[in-house]
This record gives sequence, structure tokens and C-alpha cells, in this order.
Amino acid sequence: MHDIYNFVSGPLVWVSFIIFFAGCLYRLISMAVLARKKDIFVYEYMSLKFGFRSILHWIIPFGTVKWRKNPFFTIVTFTFHICIIFIPIFLSAHIILWKESWAIGWWYISDTAADVLTIVVIASCIFFLVRRIVLPEVKYLTSISDYVILSIVAAPFITGFWTYHQWPGFRIMGILHIIAGETMLAAIPFTRLIHMLFFPFTRGYMGSEFGAVRHAKDW
Amino acid sequence: MAEPAINKNDESNKVVDAGIDKGIARLTPEKIEQVINKVLAAETGARLKAYVETCVHCGLCSEACHYYLSHDNDPKFSPAGKVKQTIWEILKKNGKVDPEFIRNASRIAYTECNLCRRCAMYCPFGIDITYLMSVVRRICHMLGVTPLYIQDTAHSHSATLNQMWLKEDEWIDSLFWQEEEAQDEISSLRIPIEKEGSEILYSVIAPEPKFRAQLIYQAAVIMNVAGVDFTMPATPGWDNSDLCMFTGDYEMMGRLKKAHFETAMRLKVKRIVMGECGHAYRSVYDVGNRWLAWKMPPIPIIHAVELYYELLKQGKIKITKKYDKPVTFQDPCNIVRGRGLHEKARYVVNAICEEFIEMHPNREHNYCCCAGGGVINTGPPYKMTRIKGNRIKAEQLFATKARGAKVIIAPCHNCHGGIEDINHHYGLDMELHFLGDIIYKIMEKPE
Repeated sequence: MHDIYNFVSGPLVWVSFIIFFAGCLYRLISMAVLARKKDIFVYEYMSLKFGFRSILHWIIPFGTVKWRKNPFFTIVTFTFHICIIFIPIFLSAHIILWKESWAIGWWYISDTAADVLTIVVIASCIFFLVRRIVLPEVKYLTSISDYVILSIVAAPFITGFWTYHQWPGFRIMGILHIIAGETMLAAIPFTRLIHMLFFPFTRGYMGSEFGAVRHAKDW
Repeated sequence: MAEPAINKNDESNKVVDAGIDKGIARLTPEKIEQVINKVLAAETGARLKAYVETCVHCGLCSEACHYYLSHDNDPKFSPAGKVKQTIWEILKKNGKVDPEFIRNASRIAYTECNLCRRCAMYCPFGIDITYLMSVVRRICHMLGVTPLYIQDTAHSHSATLNQMWLKEDEWIDSLFWQEEEAQDEISSLRIPIEKEGSEILYSVIAPEPKFRAQLIYQAAVIMNVAGVDFTMPATPGWDNSDLCMFTGDYEMMGRLKKAHFETAMRLKVKRIVMGECGHAYRSVYDVGNRWLAWKMPPIPIIHAVELYYELLKQGKIKITKKYDKPVTFQDPCNIVRGRGLHEKARYVVNAICEEFIEMHPNREHNYCCCAGGGVINTGPPYKMTRIKGNRIKAEQLFATKARGAKVIIAPCHNCHGGIEDINHHYGLDMELHFLGDIIYKIMEKPE
């Protein structure tokens, strides 16, 4: 057990971080090169001002007609996205690990807060799952990969929650938690989780076209 | 799990369209694969890849689409639903799809999407679904599987550089004819042809001389009274319309726009003003110029709405009495989501009408007329596709009528075609006009 723990919390962390950062860099650079080669006009039309104008509207809750039309979804999706980035970074247990390995640390949230936010994330994942199964327009678009991606995102939070509460089998769960977190990191550049990276570019480009060429809003 | 992308028993596949049927009969799986991969390799790149890989299949784009809303939220009509049935499948199978798949894809891309760009405002990622559908159209065009009627207009474009098989003398004759007619009303009126160095080249779409010649008459009256220095060309290049842009025949689109721009250059005009048409505006202002490597058009392109706005604002047209029937305004996709002319249009409407009642949603969020994007040009076989596909427009208009509107103003030919059919089919019983119709009617004219 200790060997496995040492392996997943040692070398595998390195591997997953390297895959994550190198993968993201690779995806961004290769996309930029491809665009330079095949869609060169993207560079011509991309506008900082209008790109950011659009991005800003879309990253503010209720900042667009679409967000206002679906208030419940908007609240869930914003909370969810903020939490999945916020929790792992500001979790005290994680910061202890940083301290032990690198002697660095920063502000963290209380364990109770982390607990509540984790429940929010898990509940959001259940919401997304139910949505996929129940709503015809989402079900129609859903393939197995969508469930896999959702599981990849939900797994670190479910296993983390389990481990923290020391429910039966929590030692194994702890190891699974680390593996799940590493899997998610490594999956980001190579699955549709890439939307985390591509969002500013796709939205920004649409905002540029709408703003600079078409003099219209795209939100 | 979700149903498969392709349902072979789909009723909507049974429309008889000689263009598609004959095109399909000529296809083999090898040819399909070869053509698809040629288009994908030569013409697509980062955008297609980024759009397909970023889409998280969330379905949020659904409620943007009037087809989806009009078909009781049938997911097959949602923007991403249409992408699933076409480009996703093509990419998943590396182009190894059968002729029946192409029949289905052609029907979806040409007749169940107006390329209206509303979905770009509902997808949080700003995925350009219009572009994805255009790629499908491009593939279908390269495979020779285009609906018969729109292909006929594309042929007309390539043979005559206009959309309606008009011969040069017929075009010139139509201008003389309208000039003569209008001289009965204003004896000094001229429609100057080939007048080099004019301020404005006035250009129209070929259906105007063909069957809406009164629009040329009205425009001539408005511009003569306002003292606008304009000319109309006698040579091919006068027609600004472009159905080749919608069939996916981009080479032809390039020829058309080149002829149009060169005509303006030859006549040394300062700007091109075009009649009340949406798709032509998209072609000249946004799409066709890009094919010719002009980031923006080489010469300012002014839509009729902008001209009217200028003339009214500068007091060059005076109104005798405001139009007294309560009106509503249809925001055409191609000049609103395509050029942001909604506020100028409202200025014009308020300047010429007593009572203006907004339809909802409006401005950038207005529903498409369901005729645009070349869909009305696919002709009678798909008339019901358009009408059933836009029940939501009928509902939107009924609600506006209930609030008192009696007249719909739509400054776009396609909007007219689409709304006329909706008007009749759903028994809406509202009048439909161009801005020019009303301005002509109520403006001060010399005795």
C-alpha cells in the first residue's frame, strides 16, 4: 500500500503535471500553427477589444441573454466551474502536501467550507448527468465519451470526499483520489475538457467577428 | 444512449428533388470519401478542429434555432443536432459515408439551416455552427448534390452573372421602362445608366427587374427627390445577389463579387448602395470579399436602410404625413446580426411611421424568416419545410399583432418571401412592406 501511495503521490504527480502543462502548450501551439497555415484570416479578424468584450459578457453570470434565460443552469454551471478550480488549489490538505514537498503554502479554506463546496460539485455533476439522460436535446447529442468525461471530472471530488470523511476503505479511496486527480489533469488537453483552453479563442473570435466586422453583439 | 445520427426511415428524406436525386445516383462511396477528404484537407483547419473539439454536447444552442422551436423542440433540429447528423459523422468515419448519408446531409444543410447565426449567440463557446453547416454545403456542392432550384440560380449566376437568367438588354430595358413609368409622376426623373464618377452605384438583386420592378421605380423616386448622385451599370456586375455563396460554389461567388466590385471601380463611384436585400449584403460586405482576399470590401457598401437613415436625418427626404397604420419591424439576420443596422432601421421606422410596435425577441435576437441562407431558393419542394420550420415566427407575429401591429416592415427580399408564406399559411393577415414602399408613399414629391 505504501509503495503504491508513494508512487501515485510521487512520480505520477510529476507525470500528470507534465502531461497537463506540456499537453496544453502543445495543443495551443499546434492550433496556432495550424490556424496560421490554414485559417490565416483568423489572425486578421481577431480583435482584442471585441474579443474581450464578448468573453467578459460570457464569463459574468447573467451577463448574456442565454444565461438570463436559463437562471438555474447558469447558477449551477458557474458555481461548478469556479469550484472545480478553486477547491483543489485552496484545500488545506493539498496545501499541507505542498508544504511538505516544497515548503510553500498559501491561504486555504476551512475544511467545512471545502466539504460544502465539494458537495456542490458532486451535486452539479449529478445535475449534468440527469440533464444528459432526461433532456431530449442533450440526450440526442450524448455519446459514451460524454459520460466518461463527466466521470473524470466527478471522480476526484467523490473520492476526495470519501477519503476526508474516512469512510470504509478510505485508504484505497485516497489512492484512487490521487489517481483520479492526475487523470483529470492529464485528460484536459486531450479530451473535450480542452474547452478550458479553447474557450477564450473560440468565444473571442466570434466576438471579434460580431464586434469588429458586423457591429453587433453576440450575447 | 442517444439515438444514432442517421435514421434511414426519416419521413423528411422522402422529398423529391431531381437535383439531389440525380446527384446521389452518380455517387459511389469511393468518390464521396475522396471528395470529402479533399475538401477537409484543402479548405479546413484550425477552426473546424477547434469547434468540433470544444463542443461539450451541452445542447444550450438548441433554443436559438427557429426550426428546433417550431418542431416542438425536436433535437434533430437543434443546431448541434444538425452538426451531429452531418459533420461529426463525417469526421468520425473519415469521410467513409454512403450516398444516403449525403442525401440526408444535403437536405439538412441546404433546407434545415438558414445560416442565420443566431446560435452563435447561444453557444457559450461561440462555436460557429453556420460555418460548420457551410462546410457541409461545400462538400455537397463538390459532390454535385445540391437542390435543383438553387442550383439553377447558381447556373444562372455562372452563365449571366445574375441570378434570374436576365439578358443584358432585358436589364437595360427594365431600367428604361421604370424610368419612363416614373417620369409620368416626376417628369424630370432620371435613372442614370453608366454615369462615370457618380457618388453612388445603386445595385439590386436580379429579382427586382424580373418581378419586383416597382422597387427600382421607388428607389429612383427617392434618390431623385433627395438629389442623390447615383448611377446603375449597364453591364453584368449590376446584380449583387449571390446564391453560389449558399450552394458552396465559392469559386463562382468570387467571380460574382469581382464583377460587382470591378463594375463599381470602372464607374469610379465612391460607394455602393444596395437595395433592401439581406443575403446580397452578406455576400458583398462579409463573405464574398473574403474569398477575394479583401478583409473588408474594397469600396464602402451601404445598405438601403443606411441610405434612408442618412437621407431622413439630413432632411433630404421630407415626410408629408407619417404612415398611420401601426407597424412592427422584422430585423433581417444579414443586416442586423450581420451589420448591426437595427438602431438605424428603428430611426427610419420612427421617422416615417406614427406607431411602432416591437416584436419579441428583436434586434440581434430576432428569429430568422426561414427563407434566408438560400433555403427559399431551394424552391417548391421545400416550401413546407420553411413554413413548418418557422411556426415560431408565426407565433411571434401573432403576439405582435395582438398588441396592435397591422403591418410588418422587412427591409430584405428573403424576409419578404419567407414571411409572405407564413402570413398566408398561418392566416396571419398582416400587410408586409419594404421601408422603400412606405417612404415612397408618404414622402414629399415635386408636383
